Amino acid sequence: MSVSMNKLPVRTTINGEPRIFLAAPGQVLADALRDELQLTGTKIGCNTGDCGACSILLNERLVCSCLVLAVEAEGQSLQTVEGIAEDGVLHPIQQKLLEHGGLQCGVCTPGVVVAAKALLDANPDPTEEEARYWLAGNLCRCTGYDKIIRAVLDAAATMREGDTP
Amino acid sequence: MAVQDFVAPRSLGEAQIAFAEGGGASWLAGGTDLLVGIRLGSRDPSRIVDLKRIPELMAIEVESDQVRLGAAVSAYDLLRHPTVAMLYPGLAEALALIGSTQIQGRCSAGGNLCNASPAADSIPALIANRASCRICGPKGERLIPVEDFVVGPNQTALGGDELLVELVLPLPTGRCSDAYLRLTPRTEMDIAVAGAGVSLTLDDDGKCLASRVAIGAVAPRALLVEEAGQALVGSRLEEAAVQDAVLAVRAAAQPITDKRGSAGYRTHVVGVLVARAIRRARARIAGEEIV
Repeated sequence: MSVSMNKLPVRTTINGEPRIFLAAPGQVLADALRDELQLTGTKIGCNTGDCGACSILLNERLVCSCLVLAVEAEGQSLQTVEGIAEDGVLHPIQQKLLEHGGLQCGVCTPGVVVAAKALLDANPDPTEEEARYWLAGNLCRCTGYDKIIRAVLDAAATMREGDTP
Repeated sequence: MAVQDFVAPRSLGEAQIAFAEGGGASWLAGGTDLLVGIRLGSRDPSRIVDLKRIPELMAIEVESDQVRLGAAVSAYDLLRHPTVAMLYPGLAEALALIGSTQIQGRCSAGGNLCNASPAADSIPALIANRASCRICGPKGERLIPVEDFVVGPNQTALGGDELLVELVLPLPTGRCSDAYLRLTPRTEMDIAVAGAGVSLTLDDDGKCLASRVAIGAVAPRALLVEEAGQALVGSRLEEAAVQDAVLAVRAAAQPITDKRGSAGYRTHVVGVLVARAIRRARARIAGEEIV
């Protein structure tokens, strides 16, 4: 009956570092990140893939970690919000969210950061419409989205400037 | 969750064995329906058999006369494949409407089909493109048209121990294209009130040589409306022919009334969508800008 009886070892790379953890067969990745790995930056909102708060990158694809089994991560590469800032320096998306006031309560913010990074990795120069559609799976009940979108587009512009010597 | 066991087989043979041994096993592709079902209590598998490490289910093969889409390939990967979206722009439109970017990163065309929602977006687009399902089971393989795969809401033609391996689409030849349109109350993250998939093949003078019209969310399952396609064949897609197709789909629709729309509204709207999808597919063939 005990779930811990049949926990399975899961070998992953998380934010560039090899990590091994134990997961029950039915445990979702969002729970494993938070409870087994103490990576509590990933938030859980709806647990049904509707809100995007648990967004992570799985092999560079944007996914809801509440809709991935932890055991599916075996041998895979994950990036969570903890891996977005480098050497203590905020990523431009994080910096611009602060500057534009693109967050209030902050529960959606880690998911927004990860989703926006995936957007800018795939499309460094998105239109506002493209950004809004890409981020449609990240629900925010505080900001009304406008400041988030402004921050993401500003971050994109900043990153493009940084690319041109 | 009462999931006791998880296995990720590397071949179809291993998968069949793992499923048979499981006693109450579920196949797992993207998990965007299964894991929600487990969470909400509508699904209760004791074993989960992950399909994403089986090469056939994760492959996209463009061959000389057909395209094979592995049943577990994510919508995101299908959409970013260099030729799939070019060959079947309407199927790409349908896949791009499923859920959010996050959902598209996991959900698969095979899963959308096996979940068998009456409102599934990819199914009318697959039917319009004459897609078939390659099914593998203990007794061997079989190939059935997509329009015969779903038999009712959340019910498929799969036997209990059978597996959808891939979708096989004939390679488009000549002047042809497709389109898929749906209506939702919101622009994103919503489920179709009605959907319409259309494929067209025209000759050099613009005469319609072949057409398939399929409709979604207006019946217990997506429907191929052969009369609508026939109404277009031989025409130059004049308004009269398009209206005949519209009347045919409205006659075929058997929608329910729910919070997304009344039966009468759905019947009307599916006709409007079919007419627009015909014009959209024609504009694609003509190389006109799609708005």
